[in-house]
Amino acid sequence: MVFEKNLEKIEEIVRDLEEGGLPLNKSVEKFEEGVKLIKECYKEIENAELKVETIVKDNSDVINETNKK
Amino acid sequence: MLKNDDISLNQHIFTVGELTKHIKDLLRSDEKLNNIFVKGEISNLTKPSSGHTYFTLKDEESQIKCSLFKRLSENLKFELEHGLKIIVIGKIDVYEPYGYYNIVVEDVQPDGLGALNLAFMQLKNKLEKEGLFSKEHKKSLPKFPKTIAIITSPTGAVIQDIKNVLRRRYPLVKVLIIPTPVQGKEATPNIVNSIKIANKTPNIDLIILARGGGSLEDLWCFNEESVARAIFDSKIPIISAIGHETDFTIADFVADKRAETPSVAAEISVPDIKEIIFNLSYLLKKSSRLIRIILEKNKIPLKQALNRPVFRRPYDKINSYSIKVDDLNSSLSKNFKRYTENRKKVLEKVHDKLDILNPKSVLKRGYSIVVKDNKTVKDSVNLKVEEDISIILFKGKIDAKIKRVVEDKNGI
Repeated sequence: MVFEKNLEKIEEIVRDLEEGGLPLNKSVEKFEEGVKLIKECYKEIENAELKVETIVKDNSDVINETNKK
Repeated sequence: MLKNDDISLNQHIFTVGELTKHIKDLLRSDEKLNNIFVKGEISNLTKPSSGHTYFTLKDEESQIKCSLFKRLSENLKFELEHGLKIIVIGKIDVYEPYGYYNIVVEDVQPDGLGALNLAFMQLKNKLEKEGLFSKEHKKSLPKFPKTIAIITSPTGAVIQDIKNVLRRRYPLVKVLIIPTPVQGKEATPNIVNSIKIANKTPNIDLIILARGGGSLEDLWCFNEESVARAIFDSKIPIISAIGHETDFTIADFVADKRAETPSVAAEISVPDIKEIIFNLSYLLKKSSRLIRIILEKNKIPLKQALNRPVFRRPYDKINSYSIKVDDLNSSLSKNFKRYTENRKKVLEKVHDKLDILNPKSVLKRGYSIVVKDNKTVKDSVNLKVEEDISIILFKGKIDAKIKRVVEDKNGI
């Protein structure tokens, strides 16, 4: 899941913009990237659905059984 | 009477202080006396204004003084009172000013609650001394866990509670249930095994070890040493959520974080999606504001350039140049005039000089030029009678024949 990485990146971009040391074209580039990432995060949140899996212990063999709910 | 002679010169004589100190060092160096469990009955209980508590612990045979320091007396779960049967945990120390030994109490439990309580206290004491509960071993919980392993019974309310909270609070997370019996004899090895399985499964970043409420006996597996050690050995951080708020198990002390209930464990295991959404919209607003500021800032040098005189009044410079050109022009023409006048004067002088040399001007004054064979005649010596000559006057010309030649040897 890239969600948390995106969140970090967004924070980093806002920090960069806040420091204001970047040339204009770089700033605009960063801003656009930030907006894109924010949109992606929103989308991910909207589509999120708790995934539940259960490990079945069978002679210490681990089998994953997925029962999406 | 004791005479001085009776004391041999090599016999060391203690002061009372030295002796007491020696006894104190002796008692302190004894390992057994440093970690004692003693049961007895409280008597002579006093609580002076210092906040410390003093009492005597006694049974049918003997008694011993006990002191309980302020911090501990304030944290006791029950009130100490005269006649109460208790188990005291602590160490023997000597109080030098009065020269008596006493128990410096580290923990007190009511006696008569059975073997489980004592076992609990003994294990807690042992593991605490080993450092299993110490803060530096607590792992920090991940901020955004991707997969949470839940070690609990697959049936019952606990797992449902946890799933409900996670679904509402942070549906981005993946839940991996490790079904584990949490009651009865087989619970202890199963819990240990489940913690190991979670640690062997890739990409698990948090474990919740949970169980609903129950009696001390029901929760007992969470007070077992092997479970405590498995929790301590886990590379993955563990949140314990065992029983109700008032239940404390050894597992709770070893776990990286204790939650009062399974639902609370789910709450603290993940961030709140609502907060994330709020934060995202805040970041969006903030970055929009920042980019606007940056754009404005970048306009400033351009504005400054446009404000410079060359852009604001473009003809100023040209005008000032054209004035200069005019100046130069007029001074140039002035100079030129002076120059030409000078030249004219020089020319006039030269002209005058030339005028003087001009034969015509001589003729004008009445002189004549004699020419023979197109050559002016300056001397009569080569002339002969009857030869033709021409005489040029100021106006007109005379052709003549020479009648006589007079030589002048001295010239004029």
